[in-house]
Amino acid sequence: MKYIKLITTLVLTLVVFYCLNTKLGSIPPIGKFLDPVSGVWQNDTNEVIDGNVTIKGLSAPVTIHYDEHLIPHVFAQNDADLYKAQGYITAKHRLWQMEFQTHAAAGRLSEIVGENAIDYDRRERRRGMAYGAEKALEKMKDDPEAIAFLEAYRDGVNAYIESLDTKSIPVEFKLLDYKPEPWTIKKTALLLMYMTKMLAGGDDDLEYTNVLRKFGQERFDLLFPDFFDVNDPVIPKETDWSFIDTEKTKTPRSELPLDTIRETIEKPHPDNGSNNWAVSGAKSATGNPILANDPHLSLNIPSIWFVMQLSTPNHKTMGATLPGALGVISGFNEHIAWGETNATRDVLDWYKIEFKDDTRTQYKHDKQWKNTSVRVESIKVRGAQTVIDSVIYTHHGPVTYDHNFKSDNERAGYAMKWVGHIGGNNQRPFLALNKAKNYDDYVDALKTYTAPAQNFVFASTEGDIALWIQGLFPNKWEGQGKFLMDGSNPDHDWQSFIPQAFNAHVKNPERGFVSSANQHPVDESYPFYVFNDGYETYRNRVINSFFSSKKKFSVDDFKALHNNNYNLKAAELLPHMYAHMEDSGLTPDEEKLLEELKGWDFYNDIDKVGPSIWRAWWHALYPMIWDEFDSEDEALTSPFTYQAIYLLKHHPEDPFMDILDTPEKETANDLFLKSFKEAATYLTEWKAKHGDYNWGDFKGTYVGHLLQGLPAFSRFDLPIGGDANIVNATSKNHGPSWRMIVEMSSPPKALGIYPGGQSGNPGSTYYDNFIDDWAAGNYHELNFMQSDTATSDIISTQTLTPSSNE
Amino acid sequence: MSKPNIINFIVTIILALILSQFLPWWSVMVAGFVSALFFSLKKSAVFFVPFFAILLFWVVYAVMVSSGNDFTLAKKISVLLYLGGNPYLLILVTGVVGGLAAGVSALLGKQLSILGGR
Repeated sequence: MKYIKLITTLVLTLVVFYCLNTKLGSIPPIGKFLDPVSGVWQNDTNEVIDGNVTIKGLSAPVTIHYDEHLIPHVFAQNDADLYKAQGYITAKHRLWQMEFQTHAAAGRLSEIVGENAIDYDRRERRRGMAYGAEKALEKMKDDPEAIAFLEAYRDGVNAYIESLDTKSIPVEFKLLDYKPEPWTIKKTALLLMYMTKMLAGGDDDLEYTNVLRKFGQERFDLLFPDFFDVNDPVIPKETDWSFIDTEKTKTPRSELPLDTIRETIEKPHPDNGSNNWAVSGAKSATGNPILANDPHLSLNIPSIWFVMQLSTPNHKTMGATLPGALGVISGFNEHIAWGETNATRDVLDWYKIEFKDDTRTQYKHDKQWKNTSVRVESIKVRGAQTVIDSVIYTHHGPVTYDHNFKSDNERAGYAMKWVGHIGGNNQRPFLALNKAKNYDDYVDALKTYTAPAQNFVFASTEGDIALWIQGLFPNKWEGQGKFLMDGSNPDHDWQSFIPQAFNAHVKNPERGFVSSANQHPVDESYPFYVFNDGYETYRNRVINSFFSSKKKFSVDDFKALHNNNYNLKAAELLPHMYAHMEDSGLTPDEEKLLEELKGWDFYNDIDKVGPSIWRAWWHALYPMIWDEFDSEDEALTSPFTYQAIYLLKHHPEDPFMDILDTPEKETANDLFLKSFKEAATYLTEWKAKHGDYNWGDFKGTYVGHLLQGLPAFSRFDLPIGGDANIVNATSKNHGPSWRMIVEMSSPPKALGIYPGGQSGNPGSTYYDNFIDDWAAGNYHELNFMQSDTATSDIISTQTLTPSSNE
Repeated sequence: MSKPNIINFIVTIILALILSQFLPWWSVMVAGFVSALFFSLKKSAVFFVPFFAILLFWVVYAVMVSSGNDFTLAKKISVLLYLGGNPYLLILVTGVVGGLAAGVSALLGKQLSILGGR
């Protein structure tokens, strides 16, 4: 009896131990997690930001002043110490995010979250993300100084990781029950790949191929023209291109493979984009150029941005950094300011590969059989067996689609050609920008930048403004890369690149301002082939007409423009719909709704109902037009919004307007009525469920935690207006991830804010303390410290000191 | 409360406090186990005395750590664990989890002490 009891209690003890010490599904190991001595309770605190910390390998002490926003102002004696301190400080506030984002880039999320991430990881492996990062590192090795800085940053991050114990590791590690691994310079390269994927990893070549095959060339060109009928490009139309003496690649006589592709890999968010602009001194109320930037990305917390000041005796730079990368990415120093928007060019193409046989060791190219290589990807999976995926590489790039992945032909596949695989030292240009003193330094800094291509806006205290569209761009033949190409035909390969000096740019234009908002970079007169690859068509026109509306602009005007909610898209379609819809068919309730909408001034402000009715109407209308594109057998993409509206207005009787499922033959005007009725039903149901559909509630903007938007760590129902295609581009979970305005006085005066907070710890008051001000359209003055003497604005100072026994 | 109960209660807490400084969370299981070995109790007290001892220890510790920060994280973890965002409920759950671990290991300690003829 005694023994039975003993064994029973022993088993019971072991079971309780196991259950409380093990992560079960999404439940953390509850005993370990809730232990107040070393579990999650220990994270319920603000960070320690004072005192002395000893760090190996520093050459001199580094002073870090924190201001009231927890923005660190780093003062180091030299660059190596500066980047080491940047690594340490960034890790101190954002370690989990740094690790998670680089694991995501490398296709290693299964190691952290288990089987659910296998599909994601395979996709990233087949996209060649780690391959691209390795290529980038190879290029960086030609720049020993940059490598030395990357290593200093790495050592800084690792110094922080080594200082952690069970108690002090960030919450998410405790929640998911794992430990951080050491930082490497490859992780910085992976982070840059993560950005390259986000901003230059999209394309619709395979979908376009299906559309072309299904509807023919003429219909395709109507739906997807190279240029829309309006174009207000980044580089003004009047630009003289006569200095360009390189010719566009000649179009070869050849055929495209018109395959049917069933499904394609997930693409980056279509709204990834940004605004930036600058006015010259002559156009500025104070006589100093003013510059603004707001990158539109998924709204996540911890934010993709971390604000810092980085200073040595030779330079002072401040602005938004990317945790994991060195230097400031969008910011200013004593002499210049700069910011980026996405240049959205077609730098990702697909080639049909014909293998010689089932072994797939050779593929056809230039009338020969050439050897493939294999990259064996082993995806470690938490709590399950490692998944092995062999990815075949050709000279084009990885054969992403083959019979093992979204395709079934054993002897064919589709290979990806991507600028992200070419490699490039894309850390150096930012380090150089951080120190640039004038226009020439800025141009020099950008020269070697390859990807993701950006519109780099610039302003200087000397009074220059400029905008270079910089990236590595293939010099394509007319139509090259719009569709799937023939991987065996060498004429289909990228033949050369546009010489860097011929990248489109503008300096001190007569109109007195430069701007970009992801629109078409140029007009038809630019001598190289550029086609509409998803260019934005609304924000740019609102911005440019704003800067043409008066003579002088102030910082307040800039704020107003960032927060401008004018919905040009609605303003261009609604009056047409009012005039052409047969409204005799409306019920009294629907008529009331229409009247409500007609009273709307086209501003997407939170207290208005107009934006909600418009949204519901458009969301019903758009798919009605493109019902021809519903298909499970082939991947298709329907036309861009601008062209859809163009067709509604100019081709109302086009066969596409017909709804295939009905016996009648619909026109655009019929669709207006049908979709309005559908919208009315939707809104009635919405109202019954959620209450009034004023825009703020209807849109429901939220900032979601990086880990699958964990509600506990996210912020919901933020009162902010705007939407996609509006200058204030805040949609449900996407929008201005950083807003900056810099006036080029000496020293420059800057404002900045982002939807998050400096701390990555959900237990810190600095975790999300910027969000309310951001939503309200407010800014924080950025305290650009001119010396390392603490002022009254400094809440705390920490010193990093070299260890004495070295 | 009888005297042995009080002794066991206090010893459990003191042991847990000391062990937790260098052992992981299961130090409370060791504390429950060891005090049951040496300060044997009867009937349900075998479980409940260490249970309440550690419950008290973890509750007080959690409150001490978290109250200085206005329970900022506790509220969020309470949402995460479906406790409706109430930090006090999370504190109670924390105490119960710790208490359960200690109580169960005390049962084992008691059985061993019986075997050892104490």
